[in-house]
Amino acid sequence: MHVSILFFRNFLYLKIAAALAVVALLAYTIDEPLGKPNGGTWLGYTLGTIGALLILWLTWFGIRKRRYGKGKLLLEDWMSGHVYLGVALLVVATLHSGMQFGWNVHTLAYGLMTFVILSGLFGLYAYIRLPRLRTENRAGMTLDDVMGMIAGISKECYDVAARLDDEVGQLVQKADADTRVGGSFWRQLSGRDPNCATTHALDRVRELAEGFTGTDADAGRQLITLLARKVELLRRARRDVQLKALLDVWLYVHIPMTIALLAALFVHIVTVFLYW
Amino acid sequence: MSEHYKIAIIGSGPCGMSAAGRAAEHGISHILLERTDHLSDTIYKYQKGKHVMATPDVLPLRSSYTFEAGRREAILKTWDDQTAKHKVNVRFKSEVTAIKGEKGAFEISVKGGGKITAENIVLGIGLQGNPRRLGCPGGDWEGVQYQLDDPDEYQGENIVVVGAGDAAIENAVALAKQNNVYIVNRRDEFARAKDGNQKLIEEAIGSGAITCFYNADPKSLTPGKLVLTVADGEAVVDCDRIIARLGAMPPRKFVESCGIKFPSEDPNALPELSPQYESNVPGLYILGALAGFPLIKQAMNQGYEVVEFILGNKIKPADEPLLEEKFGQLLSLGRTVDDIIAQIKGTVPILNGLTALQLREFLIDANIHFPKKGDVVFERNDYTNSFYMIVEGGVEILVDPDDPSIRVNLGPGEFFGEIGLMAGRRRSATIFANGPSFLLESPRRSMIKLINSVESVERGMKSVAMVRQLRTYLSPHLTNEVLQPVLETAQIRQYKSGQTLFREGDKEDGVYLIQKGSVTVSREIGGRDVVIAYVAAGNYIGEMAFLNKQPRNATIRAAINTETIWMESEKFRSLLESAEDLRRDVERRLLGRLVESETMKARPEAGNIIQFLVEQGVGEATDILLIDETLCIACDNCEKACAETHNGISRLNREAGPTYEAVHVPTSCRHCEHPHCMADCPPDAIHRAVNGEVFIDSKCIGCGNCERNCPYGVIHMASTEPAKPGLLSWMMFGMGPGPGQDKKRKKDKKKGGDDRKVAVKCDMCKDVGGGPSCVRACPTGAAIRVSPEEFFSFAELTR
Ligand SMILES: Cc1cc2nc3c(=O)[nH]c(=O)nc-3n(C[C@H](O)[C@H](O)[C@H](O)COP(=O)(O)OP(=O)(O)OC[C@H]3O[C@@H](n4cnc5c(N)ncnc54)[C@H](O)[C@@H]3O)c2cc1C
Ligand code: HEM
Ligand code: HEM
Ligand code: SF4
Ligand code: SF4
Repeated sequence: MHVSILFFRNFLYLKIAAALAVVALLAYTIDEPLGKPNGGTWLGYTLGTIGALLILWLTWFGIRKRRYGKGKLLLEDWMSGHVYLGVALLVVATLHSGMQFGWNVHTLAYGLMTFVILSGLFGLYAYIRLPRLRTENRAGMTLDDVMGMIAGISKECYDVAARLDDEVGQLVQKADADTRVGGSFWRQLSGRDPNCATTHALDRVRELAEGFTGTDADAGRQLITLLARKVELLRRARRDVQLKALLDVWLYVHIPMTIALLAALFVHIVTVFLYW
Repeated sequence: MSEHYKIAIIGSGPCGMSAAGRAAEHGISHILLERTDHLSDTIYKYQKGKHVMATPDVLPLRSSYTFEAGRREAILKTWDDQTAKHKVNVRFKSEVTAIKGEKGAFEISVKGGGKITAENIVLGIGLQGNPRRLGCPGGDWEGVQYQLDDPDEYQGENIVVVGAGDAAIENAVALAKQNNVYIVNRRDEFARAKDGNQKLIEEAIGSGAITCFYNADPKSLTPGKLVLTVADGEAVVDCDRIIARLGAMPPRKFVESCGIKFPSEDPNALPELSPQYESNVPGLYILGALAGFPLIKQAMNQGYEVVEFILGNKIKPADEPLLEEKFGQLLSLGRTVDDIIAQIKGTVPILNGLTALQLREFLIDANIHFPKKGDVVFERNDYTNSFYMIVEGGVEILVDPDDPSIRVNLGPGEFFGEIGLMAGRRRSATIFANGPSFLLESPRRSMIKLINSVESVERGMKSVAMVRQLRTYLSPHLTNEVLQPVLETAQIRQYKSGQTLFREGDKEDGVYLIQKGSVTVSREIGGRDVVIAYVAAGNYIGEMAFLNKQPRNATIRAAINTETIWMESEKFRSLLESAEDLRRDVERRLLGRLVESETMKARPEAGNIIQFLVEQGVGEATDILLIDETLCIACDNCEKACAETHNGISRLNREAGPTYEAVHVPTSCRHCEHPHCMADCPPDAIHRAVNGEVFIDSKCIGCGNCERNCPYGVIHMASTEPAKPGLLSWMMFGMGPGPGQDKKRKKDKKKGGDDRKVAVKCDMCKDVGGGPSCVRACPTGAAIRVSPEEFFSFAELTR
């Protein structure tokens, strides 16, 4: 009943995109222009126009996505179409250019487009692959649940540490106050924290606990168990943040590059009409 | 020494107060007895600043007091002023504990001593009942309170909250912000509370914000010290304050002890009253919420009227204009409202047992239709659940869409629509008027009220309904002669959620037709009970065993509260012989089950998903939002879409809610077959639309009953909000709140203004069109809305 964008409507949009690409390729092989194939022939103009329209349509997706409650199609239709036609654009634009690349604004536009498409492909991969990993990692809980459990363990740690010496107390205090989940962009993406106060506390308490005896030893073991559980939960929380960041990060490339592409494309079209 | 009055009025709610006001105007000797130290406790207890609404708008107010929609504080103030102006003889802190005697010489006992005698009694104590008290010695300490108005009032205190329900949890959690809070729970868990609250309290206890005593009971109390019995002895808690939230005792016991009879054991049953609001005890009148009139204006009108009635004045009830408007077309022929009521009572037998008052109330809620020949009354597969009665003319029922030749005609006095009402599912037939007719359409809520209160209605309906259900669900070709022997021994059997109808290996004992609710079919596979199917109302179950002459090969359990018609196997067999379509249907199912059980053996995990969903109460859903977590990218576009299409407030919480494997059930309305939220909405603002959407209309008065009644926590109370800027101006200029945000709204809320909160919930975007916006806005297809039958179909789960 749930259908992924790739299989959506029985591959309808794949079929449309493939048809477009095949027609473009056929036209390109059949067409015998004067001189080298390039954007200036009638086929070049046609393919260029199709390409430019596709780009506008692909960009419109950003607006359509926010026009809630409007339109006949599901957003999933748009998404599925976006992905497949976005890839077909690569074929269309390449044929349009006749593969005549150089250091000019035309090739800049082409390059930006390729970049947007590649980032899109990464996004697609992320959308298909990561949600499952995220679900498995969270094991039926929400991130809030995990954070709640972490907070609970921190409280318990204080109680146990109260029975032990000051250094342990400070470590536990630091582990509670200085442990962060998330943080800077790179920290989120890396999914770990090399300076994690809790991991540090765990390592240090382990060393100290070797020397504990009697009731201290009991408390030490208890504290180690708690800290280890917290470290494991932190790993899970950071992994969740990492996966969510990966799901979002590529859009920070995809969208600005789209804007840049639109600008370059505009210049490209204006220049060919002015100087050609 | 005792005092004597002509009228004693008990309870100073809108009805009691209004009665006292009228009595004072007339200069009759009267007394108004109120338990608390202020007027109208129910309204006094509304949250601060609540906007009180004066529904229904068309009903004129007739009272010595004024009442207009407005802030709670302003209304209470006006009433206080008017009480003084009219010189109403009100006595506070006078809880009435017993009423004895008879008309002319009633004896009223007031708590704390004192006896009052009166000729007539007006009982208007509402439905709140008395809060259950702390029973332990010393429980009357003034530090014990049974209500918490404003948790922010207290700071730095030691507070003990006693109780484990929603109210106790909400109070404890709110108080814990600024106080040291203990909670005392009789049991070892908080199972009685809603999921959201359970989570809240467990977190608060886990994090140490609240200390909980489990399996604990208050043993004794001295000011400032509470002693608890706990599992391993006693615990002593120092406390500045105790908040006891132990629920309320419904007033019914007290009312019955006054000699008033209720028609049935059902807790929703209402006492029978004369058109003058007089109960079976002459001289004892019942008004307001207690009499089944849940709105302020109605209650106030009754207060006025009852005094007139006691004085022997004949006045027309204030609701007359409502009925006049309703009957409009009929009145132009020179008939009066009373004529028409008499005609209805005379022609429709199931309304015959109603008192005149009940009938009026019933008609005010009803809709009147005058279809012409050929007009459609409702269509097969509509989701409406109202009930129709024919007063004049008649209808024709198209039973089988594939065979238009089978038509059943109904005439004056007969009814239809009961199958949809009972099953809470789609209409099973299309109905046309077969000539100019006069039909009464009664909403589900009034019908349920009647069934609970008037025994003859239930009897009249059920006997006819059974024959119709057998024809509808089994075969339209079954004739009366064939059905008669089956009906002779058929029984209606009811099951609670989770109860077993029969077990695998049991001896075969008959066939069950599900008329309400749904069941799961499970089988033992590898030593474990695995659910293999879900069967909804309108289907039968249990026919395999006797056809195969074998013991039961599966266990059937009620997925939710379920009602079945049970039939003897041999008699059911005789039905098969007379109806070929039924025989084929049975055979088709048998073959289907064979395929299913083979697939099942290979895919037990699909059964686990059904089991999980049934545990989540999906069995009673008609349309539920499910998210596939392997597709969901957590973009929250669904929530944003919901907010954007519904005044900036999302009615769905994607992340909340349980998950099993990859199936996530977010917190969003399931559009239940029998919506719990509808059960007790005073202005009847919750309805079900033709396509099954359960929605709340603009009549909502913001009482919060539905929020409490919905077991899935999907309704919340929200204020109305400012207009949003267009998408472009938001993107370009950052104007106002953006898609899905409501930050600005909170800032904008004027201090001291009316808090006009109303209930909001998912309406499946019925006014937006094009299907639910959340599903439409999901870019990856992770969010879908389905009916359980679709989703539980085995083919789907094993794909
Ligand atoms: C949160 C909320 C919001 C609501 N909002 C609205 C609204 O906006 N508009 C609207 O029309 N309706 C609203 N209602 C419904 C409305 O409050 C009730 O219909 C109305 O109060 C019923 O009036 P009543 O006189 O029958 O009983 P009540 O108002 O319940 O009054 C009963 C009185 O009797 C007293 N009493 C009880 N037992 C005894 C006893 N043994 N001896 C002496 N006194 C006793 C009580 O203390 C109380 O003061 C709302 C209800 C709730 C719960
Ligand atoms: C309305 C749309 C378009 C028109 C009218 C158009 C027109 C042209 C023309 C006339 C040329 C030949 C220039 C020359 O030979 O010097 C050309 C070349 C080219 N175009 Fe376009 N174009 C369009 C859209 C696009 C798009 C969408 C892209 C890709 C992003 C693109 C990329 C290129 C490239 C890479 C070349 C080759 C540059 C070169 O020859 O040095 N064009 N285009
Ligand atoms: C030049 C071609 C493309 C352009 C101009 C383009 C443009 C856009 C824009 C404007 C958005 C909206 C982002 C937002 O507002 O959230 C978007 C989203 C997206 N695009 Fe592209 N895109 C292109 C190609 C592709 C390709 C080839 C793919 C994948 C194969 C792709 C995958 C996506 C995805 C997965 C989203 C995210 C949708 C969401 O989260 O709602 N795009 N793209
Ligand atoms: S609001 Fe709650 S009770 Fe009402 S239909 Fe929705 S899920 Fe059911
Ligand atoms: S919709 Fe809910 S809050 Fe509104 S009046 Fe009905 S029960 Fe009360």
